[in-house]
Amino acid sequence: MESVLGRYRNLTILVGVLFLQVLGLAVQVKRGADAEHTRLIRIWAVDAITPLEGVLVRVQNEANNLWHNYFFLRGVRAENRQLKEQIEQMRLEQVRLTEDAAQARRLQSLLAFKEQVVIKTVPAQVIGSSGSDLSRSIYIDKGSNQGIAQDMAVITAGGIVGKVLRVYPSTSLVLMINDQSSGVGVLLEKSRLQGVLRGTSDGELILERVMSDEHVVPGEPVLSSGGDQIFPKGFPVGTVSRVSPGKELFLNIKVHAAADLSRLEEVLVVTQKQEREAAVAEGGGKVRAADILAQRLPSVPDKPAVAPAAPGKIAGNSAGNAAGQGLGASAKPQPGGTSKPETGIGTVIGTRPPARSAPARLAPANTSAASPVVESGDIGASNSPRSPAGSNQAASGAESGSPSGPAKPTALPAKPSTTPSNPQPPITEDNPH
Amino acid sequence: MPITYTSGEQIEVYRFSLPVTIGVPLLALFLQAFLPRRIFSIFDLPLLVTIFFAMARRNPVSGLFTGAAIGLAQDMLGPYPIGIYGIAKTVVGYGASSLGAKLDVENAGARLLVTLGFYLVHQAVFFTVARGMVNLTLNWSWSHGILAGLANGVVGMVLYFVLDKFKQRT
Repeated sequence: MESVLGRYRNLTILVGVLFLQVLGLAVQVKRGADAEHTRLIRIWAVDAITPLEGVLVRVQNEANNLWHNYFFLRGVRAENRQLKEQIEQMRLEQVRLTEDAAQARRLQSLLAFKEQVVIKTVPAQVIGSSGSDLSRSIYIDKGSNQGIAQDMAVITAGGIVGKVLRVYPSTSLVLMINDQSSGVGVLLEKSRLQGVLRGTSDGELILERVMSDEHVVPGEPVLSSGGDQIFPKGFPVGTVSRVSPGKELFLNIKVHAAADLSRLEEVLVVTQKQEREAAVAEGGGKVRAADILAQRLPSVPDKPAVAPAAPGKIAGNSAGNAAGQGLGASAKPQPGGTSKPETGIGTVIGTRPPARSAPARLAPANTSAASPVVESGDIGASNSPRSPAGSNQAASGAESGSPSGPAKPTALPAKPSTTPSNPQPPITEDNPH
Repeated sequence: MPITYTSGEQIEVYRFSLPVTIGVPLLALFLQAFLPRRIFSIFDLPLLVTIFFAMARRNPVSGLFTGAAIGLAQDMLGPYPIGIYGIAKTVVGYGASSLGAKLDVENAGARLLVTLGFYLVHQAVFFTVARGMVNLTLNWSWSHGILAGLANGVVGMVLYFVLDKFKQRT
């Protein structure tokens, strides 16, 4: 036995070393991908490499800055003029986009959509990579000391880059979206088809899970869908570069990344994002459930002649009547359901263009009225300033004609009109007598 | 083909100073992580260093430990579990030193072929371990593998020529 081991000494040592490594690997695989058990050893390795990388990157940047700031100023004046012209063009574009955005926010608010908003980002500098052709990951010069945590999204102005895979005190490892083990929930901007974006061994991006009977054209933008709970919805990911039939009824879609993943220098780490309901830009104040409900209901022409009697009836009658009386009646006293004049039904609806409150819009508005309640139950956003549950309550209260519906928390001006003992008979559109 | 088969006594065995033994692999790891990905990601400098040290020392035990150390260090910097590169480079270190003990691989053409061969061996072991044990979804591409192997072979020829300066006769 001893002679056999002596004869095959080298081979025995090889098998022993390989066995130990396989054993260590198996332990890591069994314990999962959190990498906590190898954290210390990784910290040592990263701390040994990254400080030098950081210093070299800074020296390189300083040299570049010196060149660009002092020696490379030719053409700056012409470039400045071009940029000013560009700014003018963009201002015009901004006006149009602002209008579109305001309209989109109003519509989102009506449907109680949730939107993810990036609140805080931390800029970071790329100081190195994992040093392997088979993995696409980079090191950035920000870590847990700067508030970076695992699974945070990493983006650039161009588009998404990846997610934070491991965090060390002063550095972090970012897994890029073109790594083979990466997966991003995306959707196509025009066709709204959803899929999963994965990296390939060549560092390309492939969009998976799109059925072959779908129509996808090259050049279509690809956005993050938000389904992976890492990247906020709507961030640019890339554009479709090639579409071909794939395996098993799925299309083979290649995507060109929006961010230049091989030339990253600075990135932004999304350290805080929030899911909230779309805010209505106009008015400035909070929009209440009663206001939204009133906007969904059809309008009725103004009748100034019966102004003193109207509010009492409105509060105790159907919501449709309430909205109808309130429409365009900004000169009247506020209906019982409204507490503040600036957010009251009459005011809000009065600012709308006539087409918005036309009866033709009633059907889709009512259809969508049910969806926020379900959605809020799923998401559990009960701390929202305008809770969908409250909206539902208000809606049911208004529709049932209960005085404790939207009229309950009223302010002083509305109080007399909500009293049940109001002796004056209500005269409204549906009850002229 | 200028690969000569010689007996163990006829082949010169080299050794290296401690700073070179430690510094060159560390420098390779550092450059691998620091150099721009766009151009240099196809190269595997730690692998080239492993092959060089293993072939120069011509000692299988020394070669496999050199490969294991460099591979594990590379694993620590990467996103995958530690050991995938370690295993692959252990095999390459053992193979290169065993080959170096039997063949005198000193000229450029032989080095190019040896580097290409060990690059493919390295990739094969890496893919086997990554897919079989760690369940990574890696795709093998022959064209990419051969091109990358040739590119590494060319870089290896230059690198080996530089590192030859640090060889010390035993």
